[in-house]
Amino acid sequence: MRTKRLLLGDEALALGAIKAGLSGAYAYPGTPSTEIMEYVQGDEESRRRGIHCHWSSNEKTALEAALGMSYCGKRAITSMKHVGLNVAADPFVNSAMTGANGGLLVISADDPSMHSSQNEQDSRFYGDFAMMPMLEPSNQQEAYDMARKGFELSEHLHIPVLVRMVTRLSHSRAVVETENEADMENHLHYPANPRQWVLMPAVSRERNRQLIKDQEKFVYESEKSQFNRLEEGEDHSLGIVASGIAYNYLQEAFGGKVPFSVVKIGQYPLPVKMLKHLRDKSDAILILEEGQPFIERQMGGLLYDGKTIYGKLSGHVVRDGELTPDEVARTIKTLRPEAAGLKAHKEGNAPENVVGRPPALCQGCGHRDVYGAMNAALEKYPDAKVFGDIGCYTLGFLKPFNAIDSCVDMGASITMAKGAADAGQFPSLAIIGDSTFTHSGMTGLLDAINENSNIVVVISDNLTTGMTGGQDSQGTGKLEEICIGLGADPAHVRTIDSLPKLHDKIRDLFEEEIQYPGLSVIISRRECIQTARRHASAKK
Amino acid sequence: MKSDIILAGVGGQGILTIATILGSAALADDLYLKQAEVHGMSQRGGDVQSNLRLSSKPIHSDLIPKGAADMIVSMEPMEALRYLPYLSPEGWIVTSTLPFVNIDNYPDLEAIKAELQKHGNVVAFDMEAVAKEVASARSSNLVLLGAASPFVDIPQDKIEKAIEGLFGRKGPQVVEANIAAFRRGREMALQTK
Repeated sequence: MRTKRLLLGDEALALGAIKAGLSGAYAYPGTPSTEIMEYVQGDEESRRRGIHCHWSSNEKTALEAALGMSYCGKRAITSMKHVGLNVAADPFVNSAMTGANGGLLVISADDPSMHSSQNEQDSRFYGDFAMMPMLEPSNQQEAYDMARKGFELSEHLHIPVLVRMVTRLSHSRAVVETENEADMENHLHYPANPRQWVLMPAVSRERNRQLIKDQEKFVYESEKSQFNRLEEGEDHSLGIVASGIAYNYLQEAFGGKVPFSVVKIGQYPLPVKMLKHLRDKSDAILILEEGQPFIERQMGGLLYDGKTIYGKLSGHVVRDGELTPDEVARTIKTLRPEAAGLKAHKEGNAPENVVGRPPALCQGCGHRDVYGAMNAALEKYPDAKVFGDIGCYTLGFLKPFNAIDSCVDMGASITMAKGAADAGQFPSLAIIGDSTFTHSGMTGLLDAINENSNIVVVISDNLTTGMTGGQDSQGTGKLEEICIGLGADPAHVRTIDSLPKLHDKIRDLFEEEIQYPGLSVIISRRECIQTARRHASAKK
Repeated sequence: MKSDIILAGVGGQGILTIATILGSAALADDLYLKQAEVHGMSQRGGDVQSNLRLSSKPIHSDLIPKGAADMIVSMEPMEALRYLPYLSPEGWIVTSTLPFVNIDNYPDLEAIKAELQKHGNVVAFDMEAVAKEVASARSSNLVLLGAASPFVDIPQDKIEKAIEGLFGRKGPQVVEANIAAFRRGREMALQTK
C-alpha cells in the first residue's frame, strides 16, 4: 500500500530513508539541508524505532559517527549544506577509501544563488574527487526513491553514496507516493574485510587500486540506473543533457514535449555509453545543470570529438546563480529559435515603485544589544577590527550596526582575530554565536589561549542555532566551563545578559576587556526571541 | 485546471500558512502541486515569496516562468509589485494595501497603490483592518486567502476543511475565527471581481 503525502524534497529524502531501514541520522543544521534531520526527529515511526537523530556538533563529527554506524552494518545518513561538506571533507574523502558496510548516504544540499550561504560550490566535484557514486534527484518523488536505491547501491558497491540536493528541490513541496510499510533495519554485523578500514599507507595503496578498479562498476551501475535515461527526439540539430532539476525546466520550456533527444542524469559517474549515443546522433550538445559546469567539463574530456558543446563554460547558459525555467527557455531560444513547441511567455511589466528589503536582526534580539554596546565601546578606537562569523549575527554587517569586518567560514572569527593580533592589530575582536563556537570555534580559542593572544572573543549566546530555525545548540549551559576548561583565565571569562537596560554595563565590560592585554572571552547571553516566543506559546 | 500563484510578503507575515492550506486542499482534491518556498536568511524581516503551482496535469518546474503566473497574492502592497514580471497579462493581483515599513526608503504608498491599479485585475484592500472586524489582526493572512480563493479552482468547502485541519488542534474558537476571516475575505473579493 502507498500513501500520497505532501513533502518538501528534504522531507521526501528523509522519509525514504526511514522506510528503507534507516538506523541513524547525523547532521549539523544548515540551509537548505536542515529539514532532513528535522523530519527524522519529528517522524512518529522514527521515534518508535529509536532511530538516532540527535544533532551533532559539526558536519565532520556527524559524518564520522554515520561512518561508525555503517561500519557496524547499519544504514545511516548524514546531511549537511554544501559548505558543511568542506568541514566534513576529511572523513568524506577517506570514507571512499574505507568503503561502507551498512548503507551510507552523505547528503549535501547546494545553495546556488546563495539564498543563505557564502558561496555556490557544487558538491558533485567532491563526489568525483573522492571517486564516489552520486545521486541527484530531479523531483521530490525521486528524492524519496533514491534513499532506498542509494542504500542498496552503497551496500552493493561497498562505498558511501553522495546525494546531491539543491535549494529549489530541498525547499519545494510536492505530492509524493510513499510506502506504508518500512524495511527491517540491518542487524549489527562487521565488515567482510576489516583490514580496509585501517587507512595505513600499505592498506591505502591496496584500497586505492581497488577503488580505481571499481570505477568501471560504478559506471556500469549508472548505465543501467533507473535515474539515467535517454529520451529520443526527432530534431537532431541538438542533443540535450539535463541533470537534476534542470530536467524539469527543460520540460517546462516545451510543455513536456521536447523535440530533441535528451539524456536525463540522476546518477553519477556519468553513463558514458548513453552520452556517446546522444553525441553521435546530435549535431551539437547542450548541457543543462544546476550549479557549476560539472557535466560540461566531463563531456569536454570524455566525449570530445569536435562537436560543439553549449553550456556554462561556453557562455550560452548563465554561469552564476540558480537556473530558472526562463533561463533554460532563453538559452534554447538563442540556440534553436525554430525549435518546435518552445513556449513563449510575455514577461510582465517591470515594477517602478519597488526597493530592496534586506533581512535584519529581529526586534528583541539579543545580538542587537551586543552590537549596540560594542559599537559604543569602540567609538574611541577608530582602528578596531571585528571579525565576524556565520549566523544571524552576520546581519550586524548591515545597517544600523555596520559592526563587522569579516565573515568567512564557521569559526573563522576567533582565528582571524588572533592572526590579526599577531600582525599587530589592536583592538582585535571576534564575535561568534554559541552554536558556531562549539561547531568550529573551540579549537581556534585553544590556539589563542595557548599564546594569550590580545583579543576579545565575544560569544553572543542565544541558546540555539538561530538562523536555521532554532535547533538545539550543543554548548548550551556549558560555554563558561568550555572556555575555562580550555585554559582561559577565569578572571577574563565574563558573562552578562544581552539586555537593553544593561547597555552601559555591556559597553563598560567591552572597554575593560579591550584594555586587558591578553585573551578575554565575553559571553553575552539572551534566549533567541523566536525560540523564546515558541517556548512561551507551548507553555500556554 | 491550472493555477500558478506567487505568494508574497515579508518574513513572518504568514504567507507559508496560505501555501500550506491551499496545498492540503489541493491534495484532498487530487490535484498535482508544487510549492517552492524560502527558508533561511531572508526570513529575518526580508522579502519572502513562494511559488505555488496547482494543476490537474503533472507539473514540471517548481518555479513559475516569468509572464506565466495566474495570480500574485501578497500580504503587502510593495511586495505585490515586486513580482509583476511574473504575472501573465490576464493574471490577477490580490493584495493587502497595508504597508509593512521596516526600511527607511520605503516608496510613496500612493504611488504604489496607483501602480497596482494600473494593472486592471486587482483586488486590493487592507486585510488587517478586515481581519480585526471579524477576528483579530493575526488572521490577516486568512482574509487574504479568502480574497484569493474565488480565483482558484478548488471548492470552498475543501479549503475550509484544510483550514480546520491546520488549526484544529488549537481549538474550535481558533478554527471559527480563521474561517470567519476567510469567508469575509472571499466576500470582499467577490464584490470586486
